[in-house]
Amino acid sequence: MPVLVLADHSEGKFKNTALELISYGKSIAKMANTKLIVATIRATDVSGLSGYGPDKVINIVNDRLGVFNAKAIADALSQLAEKESADIIVLDSSNNSKYLAPLLAVNLNAGMASGVTEVPVSLNPFVVKRVAFSSKAFVHTEIKSGKKIICLAKNSFGIKEEKTSPAAEEFTAALSEDDFKITLSAVEKTSGKITIADADVVVSGGRGLKGPENWGMVESLAEVLGAATACSKPVSDLHWRPHSEHVGQTGKPVAANLYIAIGISGAIQHLAGVNASKCKVVINTDPEAPFFKAADYGIVGDAFEIVPKLTEKLKEFKRTQ
Amino acid sequence: MKILVCISHVPDTTSKINFTDNNTRFDTTGVQFVINPYDEFALTRAMWFKEKQGATVTVINVGNNTTEPTLRKALAIGADDAVRINTEATDGLSVARQIAAYAKSEGFDLILAGKESIDYNGGMVPGMVANLLGYNFINACIGLEIEGSTATVTREIDGGKEILQTSFPLVIGGQKGLVEESELRIPNMRGIMMARQKPLKVIDPIAEEPATQVNMYEKPAQKSACKIIAAGDLDELIRLLHNEAKVI
Repeated sequence: MPVLVLADHSEGKFKNTALELISYGKSIAKMANTKLIVATIRATDVSGLSGYGPDKVINIVNDRLGVFNAKAIADALSQLAEKESADIIVLDSSNNSKYLAPLLAVNLNAGMASGVTEVPVSLNPFVVKRVAFSSKAFVHTEIKSGKKIICLAKNSFGIKEEKTSPAAEEFTAALSEDDFKITLSAVEKTSGKITIADADVVVSGGRGLKGPENWGMVESLAEVLGAATACSKPVSDLHWRPHSEHVGQTGKPVAANLYIAIGISGAIQHLAGVNASKCKVVINTDPEAPFFKAADYGIVGDAFEIVPKLTEKLKEFKRTQ
Repeated sequence: MKILVCISHVPDTTSKINFTDNNTRFDTTGVQFVINPYDEFALTRAMWFKEKQGATVTVINVGNNTTEPTLRKALAIGADDAVRINTEATDGLSVARQIAAYAKSEGFDLILAGKESIDYNGGMVPGMVANLLGYNFINACIGLEIEGSTATVTREIDGGKEILQTSFPLVIGGQKGLVEESELRIPNMRGIMMARQKPLKVIDPIAEEPATQVNMYEKPAQKSACKIIAAGDLDELIRLLHNEAKVI
């Protein structure tokens, strides 16, 4: 019966995404009148999770799970789900979760719904609302199998505090050599920078900025806001910025609280990738730019004048907060 | 090497998305269908292995006969043959079961698919196919090289990338980076003529129960109009972001 949530941590620290996921899992557990189990993988300190409602925290302790391995984690989670008779398994929408969720679904013979934005519309039948058509529509999907897998869209539910005193357990999964047929040889991470996937605020520049030498002001604005920097497709195609910053339909998806688009006209493919953001601000010289139709706030004007001024004013604002 | 590329038949990116029958059906009126862009990266990479390493490339789709022009396009791009499993694609697990059942009998070394389709965005089929067959699986791939019996795969992770090594049979969930956009191919006249002669086999689906179903579609709430703030009044923007949107 219980709801099982996988809370991901990075170097021992639980991200906001994990706390959001636990809050979400707790809401479903309450609806279904059941308990919430939070699974962690080789976590050293789970005390921070008790503020968000778990009834039990189970740490999966296998040594070999120190390095992310989708198949091994999917196998460990399905064993745990069977042991705890968990019917509803909830994951986040990180690259790692999207990798392991379909493997888990096959293990458990479970129907799966990704990009889910709310608590279930109903439990019987089990119906969830999810984003589809690149954020141009929602779909109400009924999961008919006994076990159900949900991937929660980032920043869709929010963090809700609820203090509990969860039981703490350890679990050692039965893993075999078959789980480790993919080996990791190198990792390249942009260190010290906030990633687009983790950022609450994203500041993005387009071709309107005229050249890579003008990105200093984008970075300054991002720094004040604690934001990640991003760019439109033409900008990465022109090699003004690295491909890893390209956001849009074929680039990275953005689901930030605040997305600031500077000198980006707002092609439909770009909007498809950033539409899931809560609040969108556009700064563009062309009042006819399609982005104005998709944005919440807009300024028509020259980014080269506006952005440095905005950065100064935000600095002042942050100081007085 | 035998390669299978999974092709999803999806509305073109610029399509207007509408629903009919009391929001229970996707309205295909006036909608142009294309090869799912993520699958196109996979197909183009497969063509590279065909041309440089002598692989054969089969494309597969689960769908009714309306998807055939999309499969013909994949043939025109250069795939050797096509298979259509004759049933409506309604659920990720069902589609994966259909593809896995076919792939099992054919013994492919490599199965390539886009990491998700741009219509339902489920992101399920590649991983499910892999696990149903017991094949290795790597998702969100932005690079794939093959040397002998080893595949070296670059995977996108949050905030970077990682390089992985594995063996065959292998299933890949791909995206841009597998090839660059500039390497995508537009079928030429010769390709289109040849595609008409290439085999497109229609096979019956296996019997199975879908794990999910779509009950209803919903359009996002009409967005309120964009508030235009004067370029000289940035304090107002900060006030709105703080008090109204509550995002700073």
